[in-house]
Amino acid sequence: MAKVLVVTSGKGGVGKTTTTAALGAALAQGGQSVCVVDFDVGLRNLDLVMGAERRVVYDLINVVNGDAKLPQALIKDKRLDGLHLLPASQTRDKDALTDEGVARVMDELRAKFDWVVCDSPAGIERGAQLAMHHADVAIVVTNPEVSSVRDSDRIIGLLDSKTAKAERGEEMEKHLILTRYDPTRADRGDMLKTEDVLEILSIPLLAIIPESQEVLRASNVGCPVTLNNPLCAPARAYADAAKRLRGEEVPMVLPTERKSFLDKLFMRRAA
Amino acid sequence: MSILGIFQKRNSSAVARDRLQLILAHERAETGRPDLVIQLREEILAVIANHVSVEPDKVKVTLERGVGVSTLGLDIELPLGASSKLDAKLASKIAQVADRAAKKAA
Repeated sequence: MAKVLVVTSGKGGVGKTTTTAALGAALAQGGQSVCVVDFDVGLRNLDLVMGAERRVVYDLINVVNGDAKLPQALIKDKRLDGLHLLPASQTRDKDALTDEGVARVMDELRAKFDWVVCDSPAGIERGAQLAMHHADVAIVVTNPEVSSVRDSDRIIGLLDSKTAKAERGEEMEKHLILTRYDPTRADRGDMLKTEDVLEILSIPLLAIIPESQEVLRASNVGCPVTLNNPLCAPARAYADAAKRLRGEEVPMVLPTERKSFLDKLFMRRAA
Repeated sequence: MSILGIFQKRNSSAVARDRLQLILAHERAETGRPDLVIQLREEILAVIANHVSVEPDKVKVTLERGVGVSTLGLDIELPLGASSKLDAKLASKIAQVADRAAKKAA
Protein backbone atom coordinates (compact mmCIF):
# COMPACT_ATOMS: atom_id res chain seq x y z
CA MET A 1 0.00 0.00 0.00
CA ALA A 2 1.50 3.32 -1.10
CA LYS A 3 2.07 6.08 1.37
CA VAL A 4 1.80 9.72 0.35
CA LEU A 5 3.95 12.15 2.33
CA VAL A 6 3.77 15.91 2.15
CA VAL A 7 6.83 17.94 3.12
CA THR A 8 5.53 21.29 4.28
CA SER A 9 6.45 24.23 6.51
CA GLY A 10 4.57 27.43 5.80
CA LYS A 11 7.76 29.46 5.80
CA GLY A 12 10.08 29.41 2.81
CA GLY A 13 13.76 28.57 2.87
CA VAL A 14 13.66 26.19 5.83
CA GLY A 15 14.63 23.08 3.85
CA LYS A 16 11.50 21.55 2.32
CA THR A 17 13.09 20.79 -1.04
CA THR A 18 16.32 19.54 0.54
CA THR A 19 14.27 17.32 2.84
CA THR A 20 12.07 16.01 0.01
CA ALA A 21 15.11 15.06 -2.07
CA ALA A 22 17.02 13.57 0.89
CA LEU A 23 14.07 11.55 2.25
CA GLY A 24 13.05 10.36 -1.21
CA ALA A 25 16.60 9.22 -1.94
CA ALA A 26 16.99 7.63 1.51
CA LEU A 27 13.79 5.62 1.04
CA ALA A 28 14.97 4.50 -2.41
CA GLN A 29 18.38 3.62 -0.96
CA GLY A 30 16.44 1.31 1.36
CA GLY A 31 15.07 -0.54 -1.69
CA GLN A 32 11.71 1.20 -1.91
CA SER A 33 10.18 2.60 -5.07
CA VAL A 34 9.73 6.33 -4.63
CA CYS A 35 8.39 9.29 -6.57
CA VAL A 36 9.18 12.81 -5.43
CA VAL A 37 6.63 15.34 -6.71
CA ASP A 38 7.27 19.06 -7.01
CA PHE A 39 4.11 21.04 -6.21
CA ASP A 40 5.86 24.40 -6.35
CA VAL A 41 4.38 25.46 -9.67
CA GLY A 42 6.13 28.49 -11.15
CA LEU A 43 9.08 28.22 -8.76
CA ARG A 44 10.18 24.65 -9.30
CA ASN A 45 13.48 23.68 -7.74
CA LEU A 46 13.28 20.02 -6.85
CA ASP A 47 14.56 19.18 -10.36
CA LEU A 48 17.63 21.35 -9.72
CA VAL A 49 18.34 19.91 -6.27
CA MET A 50 17.97 16.41 -7.75
CA GLY A 51 20.23 17.27 -10.71
CA ALA A 52 17.54 16.54 -13.31
CA GLU A 53 16.90 20.08 -14.55
CA ARG A 54 18.03 19.32 -18.11
CA ARG A 55 15.88 16.22 -18.41
CA VAL A 56 12.47 17.83 -17.83
CA VAL A 57 10.17 17.34 -20.83
CA TYR A 58 6.67 17.17 -19.38
CA ASP A 59 5.55 18.29 -15.94
CA LEU A 60 2.81 17.91 -13.32
CA ILE A 61 0.49 20.37 -15.08
CA ASN A 62 0.84 18.55 -18.42
CA VAL A 63 -0.21 15.33 -16.69
CA VAL A 64 -3.02 16.99 -14.70
CA ASN A 65 -4.40 18.53 -17.90
CA GLY A 66 -4.05 15.29 -19.85
CA ASP A 67 -1.45 16.70 -22.28
CA ALA A 68 0.97 13.96 -21.29
CA LYS A 69 0.72 10.53 -19.71
CA LEU A 70 2.27 10.08 -16.25
CA PRO A 71 5.09 7.76 -17.45
CA GLN A 72 6.11 10.39 -20.04
CA ALA A 73 6.56 13.02 -17.35
CA LEU A 74 8.35 10.86 -14.78
CA ILE A 75 12.13 11.28 -14.68
CA LYS A 76 14.01 8.21 -13.51
CA ASP A 77 17.04 8.96 -11.37
CA LYS A 78 20.29 7.91 -13.06
CA ARG A 79 22.15 7.12 -9.83
CA LEU A 80 19.51 5.33 -7.83
CA ASP A 81 17.13 2.59 -8.92
CA GLY A 82 13.58 3.16 -7.76
CA LEU A 83 13.83 6.93 -7.44
CA HIS A 84 11.64 9.05 -9.72
CA LEU A 85 10.82 12.74 -10.06
CA LEU A 86 7.63 14.37 -11.24
CA PRO A 87 8.66 18.00 -11.86
CA ALA A 88 6.50 21.09 -11.51
CA SER A 89 5.86 23.49 -14.35
CA GLN A 90 8.08 26.54 -14.46
CA THR A 91 5.99 28.63 -16.85
CA ARG A 92 2.43 28.12 -15.68
CA ASP A 93 0.93 29.20 -12.37
CA LYS A 94 -0.71 27.08 -9.69
CA ASP A 95 -4.23 27.95 -10.85
CA ALA A 96 -3.62 25.57 -13.74
CA LEU A 97 -3.89 22.69 -11.24
CA THR A 98 -7.46 21.44 -10.92
CA ASP A 99 -8.59 19.56 -7.80
CA GLU A 100 -9.89 16.62 -9.84
CA GLY A 101 -6.77 16.48 -12.01
CA VAL A 102 -4.46 16.39 -8.99
CA ALA A 103 -6.62 13.71 -7.35
CA ARG A 104 -6.38 11.54 -10.50
CA VAL A 105 -2.59 11.93 -10.73
CA MET A 106 -2.17 11.11 -7.03
CA ASP A 107 -4.24 7.93 -7.51
CA GLU A 108 -2.01 6.92 -10.43
CA LEU A 109 1.12 7.58 -8.38
CA ARG A 110 -0.23 5.55 -5.47
CA ALA A 111 -0.73 2.60 -7.79
CA LYS A 112 2.83 2.82 -9.12
CA PHE A 113 5.05 3.52 -6.10
CA ASP A 114 5.63 2.54 -2.47
CA TRP A 115 6.17 6.16 -1.47
CA VAL A 116 5.04 9.45 -2.98
CA VAL A 117 6.82 12.46 -1.45
CA CYS A 118 5.20 15.81 -2.25
CA ASP A 119 7.31 18.96 -1.98
CA SER A 120 4.94 21.75 -0.94
CA PRO A 121 5.36 25.37 -1.96
CA ALA A 122 5.85 27.90 0.85
CA GLY A 123 2.84 29.78 2.16
CA ILE A 124 -0.62 28.69 3.24
CA GLU A 125 -2.43 29.41 -0.02
CA ARG A 126 -3.97 27.06 -2.55
CA GLY A 127 -0.67 25.62 -3.76
CA ALA A 128 0.32 24.48 -0.28
CA GLN A 129 -3.18 23.18 0.42
CA LEU A 130 -3.23 21.18 -2.83
CA ALA A 131 0.13 19.62 -1.98
CA MET A 132 -1.10 18.45 1.44
CA HIS A 133 -4.63 17.52 0.41
CA HIS A 134 -4.03 13.86 -0.49
CA ALA A 135 -1.30 13.12 2.06
CA ASP A 136 -1.40 10.23 4.52
CA VAL A 137 1.52 11.58 6.53
CA ALA A 138 2.79 15.15 6.90
CA ILE A 139 6.41 16.08 7.50
CA VAL A 140 6.62 19.56 9.01
CA VAL A 141 10.04 21.11 8.40
CA THR A 142 10.97 23.73 10.97
CA ASN A 143 14.05 25.81 11.81
CA PRO A 144 14.71 26.53 15.50
CA GLU A 145 13.71 30.14 14.98
CA VAL A 146 10.57 32.08 15.96
CA SER A 147 9.09 32.86 12.55
CA SER A 148 9.54 29.32 11.30
CA VAL A 149 7.92 27.82 14.43
CA ARG A 150 4.99 30.21 14.19
CA ASP A 151 4.40 29.38 10.51
CA SER A 152 4.68 25.65 11.23
CA ASP A 153 1.94 26.06 13.81
CA ARG A 154 -0.30 27.57 11.15
CA ILE A 155 0.47 24.72 8.77
CA ILE A 156 -0.35 22.16 11.48
CA GLY A 157 -3.72 23.87 11.83
CA LEU A 158 -4.32 23.51 8.09
CA LEU A 159 -3.21 19.86 8.10
CA ASP A 160 -5.86 19.20 10.75
CA SER A 161 -8.65 20.99 8.90
CA LYS A 162 -8.09 21.27 5.14
CA THR A 163 -6.81 17.84 4.07
CA ALA A 164 -8.83 14.95 2.67
CA LYS A 165 -8.00 12.98 5.82
CA ALA A 166 -9.28 15.77 8.07
CA GLU A 167 -12.42 16.09 5.95
CA ARG A 168 -13.07 12.37 6.48
CA GLY A 169 -12.77 12.95 10.22
CA GLU A 170 -9.45 11.10 10.47
CA GLU A 171 -6.38 12.32 12.29
CA MET A 172 -3.51 13.41 10.06
CA GLU A 173 -0.25 11.75 11.07
CA LYS A 174 2.30 14.54 11.55
CA HIS A 175 6.05 14.48 12.17
CA LEU A 176 8.56 17.21 12.83
CA ILE A 177 11.91 17.50 11.12
CA LEU A 178 14.01 20.17 12.81
CA THR A 179 16.56 21.49 10.31
CA ARG A 180 19.66 23.68 10.61
CA TYR A 181 20.02 22.75 14.27
CA ASP A 182 23.20 23.87 15.99
CA PRO A 183 23.64 22.04 19.33
CA THR A 184 26.42 24.38 20.46
CA ARG A 185 24.25 27.47 20.08
CA ALA A 186 21.24 25.69 21.62
CA ASP A 187 23.33 24.70 24.65
CA ARG A 188 24.51 28.29 24.97
CA GLY A 189 20.88 29.42 25.08
CA ASP A 190 21.11 31.31 21.82
CA MET A 191 18.87 28.96 19.83
CA LEU A 192 15.55 27.28 20.60
CA LYS A 193 16.20 23.77 21.86
CA THR A 194 14.56 20.70 20.31
CA GLU A 195 12.41 20.27 23.44
CA ASP A 196 11.20 23.88 23.19
CA VAL A 197 10.04 23.41 19.60
CA LEU A 198 8.45 20.05 20.41
CA GLU A 199 6.64 21.48 23.40
CA ILE A 200 5.29 24.41 21.41
CA LEU A 201 4.22 22.47 18.31
CA SER A 202 3.35 19.23 20.16
CA ILE A 203 3.91 16.85 17.26
CA PRO A 204 6.36 13.92 17.39
CA LEU A 205 9.96 14.35 16.28
CA LEU A 206 11.12 12.47 13.18
CA ALA A 207 14.66 13.83 12.92
CA ILE A 208 17.04 16.60 13.89
CA ILE A 209 19.14 17.71 10.93
CA PRO A 210 22.28 19.48 12.12
CA GLU A 211 23.45 22.63 10.39
CA SER A 212 26.07 21.48 7.91
CA GLN A 213 27.97 22.67 4.87
CA GLU A 214 27.25 19.29 3.29
CA VAL A 215 23.66 20.37 2.51
CA LEU A 216 24.81 23.24 0.31
CA ARG A 217 27.55 21.11 -1.20
CA ALA A 218 24.96 18.51 -2.25
CA SER A 219 22.58 21.05 -3.76
CA ASN A 220 25.50 22.73 -5.59
CA VAL A 221 26.11 19.51 -7.49
CA GLY A 222 22.45 18.52 -7.81
CA CYS A 223 22.48 15.41 -5.66
CA PRO A 224 20.36 14.52 -2.62
CA VAL A 225 22.56 14.83 0.47
CA THR A 226 21.96 11.18 1.44
CA LEU A 227 23.40 10.15 -1.91
CA ASN A 228 26.16 12.73 -2.26
CA ASN A 229 27.86 11.93 1.04
CA PRO A 230 26.00 9.18 2.91
CA LEU A 231 28.35 9.39 5.90
CA CYS A 232 27.97 13.10 6.65
CA ALA A 233 25.87 14.15 9.65
CA PRO A 234 22.76 15.44 7.81
CA ALA A 235 22.71 12.39 5.52
CA ARG A 236 22.77 10.03 8.51
CA ALA A 237 19.97 11.99 10.15
CA TYR A 238 17.83 11.75 6.99
CA ALA A 239 18.60 8.06 6.59
CA ASP A 240 17.41 7.46 10.17
CA ALA A 241 14.26 9.48 9.43
CA ALA A 242 13.52 7.26 6.41
CA LYS A 243 13.94 4.15 8.57
CA ARG A 244 11.56 5.56 11.17
CA LEU A 245 9.00 6.28 8.45
CA ARG A 246 9.22 2.60 7.48
CA GLY A 247 8.42 1.63 11.06
CA GLU A 248 11.91 0.84 12.30
CA GLU A 249 12.85 1.90 15.80
CA VAL A 250 15.98 4.01 15.57
CA PRO A 251 17.29 5.78 18.67
CA MET A 252 17.27 9.57 18.31
CA VAL A 253 20.83 10.80 18.41
CA LEU A 254 22.09 14.05 17.02
CA PRO A 255 24.62 13.10 14.36
CA THR A 256 27.71 15.25 14.48
CA GLU A 257 30.43 15.84 11.93
CA ARG A 258 33.47 13.72 12.47
CA LYS A 259 36.22 16.22 12.97
CA SER A 260 39.71 15.31 11.96
CA PHE A 261 42.61 15.66 14.33
CA LEU A 262 43.84 18.75 12.48
CA ASP A 263 40.38 20.34 12.61
CA LYS A 264 40.31 19.87 16.34
CA LEU A 265 43.84 21.16 16.68
CA PHE A 266 43.04 24.37 14.87
CA MET A 267 39.54 24.61 16.40
CA ARG A 268 37.86 24.86 13.02
CA ARG A 269 34.10 25.26 13.14
CA ALA A 270 32.11 22.36 11.79
CA ALA A 271 29.45 24.41 10.05
CA MET B 1 19.31 47.91 32.14
CA SER B 2 19.51 47.69 35.90
CA ILE B 3 22.58 46.33 37.68
CA LEU B 4 20.52 43.29 38.69
CA GLY B 5 19.57 42.83 35.06
CA ILE B 6 23.17 42.24 34.06
CA PHE B 7 23.38 39.22 36.32
CA GLN B 8 19.91 37.95 35.56
CA LYS B 9 20.06 38.29 31.78
CA ARG B 10 17.87 35.59 30.30
CA ASN B 11 18.88 33.43 27.41
CA SER B 12 17.56 34.70 24.12
CA SER B 13 16.11 31.25 23.44
CA ALA B 14 14.01 31.44 26.62
CA VAL B 15 12.65 34.79 25.47
CA ALA B 16 11.89 33.26 22.06
CA ARG B 17 10.04 30.36 23.68
CA ASP B 18 7.91 32.61 25.89
CA ARG B 19 7.03 34.95 23.03
CA LEU B 20 6.06 32.02 20.82
CA GLN B 21 3.91 30.40 23.52
CA LEU B 22 2.03 33.63 24.08
CA ILE B 23 1.41 34.53 20.43
CA LEU B 24 0.51 30.97 19.40
CA ALA B 25 -1.96 30.55 22.26
CA HIS B 26 -3.83 33.57 20.94
CA GLU B 27 -3.55 32.63 17.29
CA ARG B 28 -4.81 29.13 17.99
CA ALA B 29 -7.79 30.51 19.88
CA GLU B 30 -8.58 32.79 16.93
CA THR B 31 -8.54 29.94 14.44
CA GLY B 32 -10.68 27.80 16.74
CA ARG B 33 -7.98 25.30 17.69
CA PRO B 34 -7.91 24.04 21.25
CA ASP B 35 -4.92 25.30 23.19
CA LEU B 36 -4.05 24.06 26.66
CA VAL B 37 -3.18 27.45 28.14
CA ILE B 38 -6.28 29.16 26.73
CA GLN B 39 -8.49 26.26 27.84
CA LEU B 40 -7.02 26.29 31.35
CA ARG B 41 -7.54 30.02 31.53
CA GLU B 42 -11.20 29.74 30.56
CA GLU B 43 -11.87 26.95 33.05
CA ILE B 44 -10.01 28.64 35.92
CA LEU B 45 -11.90 31.84 35.18
CA ALA B 46 -15.21 29.94 35.38
CA VAL B 47 -14.30 28.38 38.75
CA ILE B 48 -13.29 31.73 40.24
CA ALA B 49 -16.43 33.35 38.86
CA ASN B 50 -18.46 31.00 41.08
CA HIS B 51 -17.11 32.85 44.09
CA VAL B 52 -16.01 36.32 43.06
CA SER B 53 -16.34 38.32 39.89
CA VAL B 54 -13.01 38.99 38.18
CA GLU B 55 -12.35 40.63 34.87
CA PRO B 56 -11.23 38.19 32.21
CA ASP B 57 -8.09 40.16 31.35
CA LYS B 58 -6.98 40.08 35.00
CA VAL B 59 -6.29 36.35 34.84
CA LYS B 60 -2.91 35.36 33.42
CA VAL B 61 -1.92 31.75 32.87
CA THR B 62 1.64 30.84 31.91
CA LEU B 63 3.30 27.54 31.28
CA GLU B 64 7.02 27.36 31.85
CA ARG B 65 9.23 24.37 31.28
CA GLY B 66 12.22 24.13 33.56
CA VAL B 67 14.88 21.48 33.99
CA GLY B 68 13.06 18.36 35.17
CA VAL B 69 9.95 20.22 36.24
CA SER B 70 7.36 22.39 34.50
CA THR B 71 5.44 25.12 36.29
CA LEU B 72 1.96 26.39 35.64
CA GLY B 73 1.75 30.00 36.72
CA LEU B 74 -1.54 31.65 37.73
CA ASP B 75 -1.65 35.37 38.21
CA ILE B 76 -5.13 36.51 39.23
CA GLU B 77 -5.85 40.08 40.11
CA LEU B 78 -8.84 40.25 42.47
CA PRO B 79 -11.10 43.28 42.74
CA LEU B 80 -11.00 45.31 45.97
CA GLY B 81 -12.80 43.60 48.84
CA ALA B 82 -12.91 40.23 47.09
CA SER B 83 -10.08 38.75 49.12
CA SER B 84 -11.97 39.20 52.43
CA LYS B 85 -14.97 37.44 50.85
CA LEU B 86 -12.73 34.63 49.71
CA ASP B 87 -11.14 34.42 53.15
CA ALA B 88 -14.55 34.07 54.80
CA LYS B 89 -15.62 31.37 52.35
CA LEU B 90 -12.36 29.54 52.76
CA ALA B 91 -12.61 29.68 56.54
CA SER B 92 -16.15 28.26 56.53
CA LYS B 93 -15.08 25.49 54.09
CA ILE B 94 -12.17 24.52 56.34
CA ALA B 95 -14.50 24.54 59.35
CA GLN B 96 -16.94 22.24 57.53
CA VAL B 97 -14.21 19.78 56.59
CA ALA B 98 -12.78 19.79 60.13
CA ASP B 99 -16.27 19.27 61.55
CA ARG B 100 -16.90 16.27 59.28
CA ALA B 101 -13.54 14.76 60.15
CA ALA B 102 -14.24 15.17 63.88
CA LYS B 103 -17.62 13.43 63.55
CA LYS B 104 -16.05 10.52 61.67
CA ALA B 105 -13.37 10.12 64.32
CA ALA B 106 -16.02 10.08 67.08
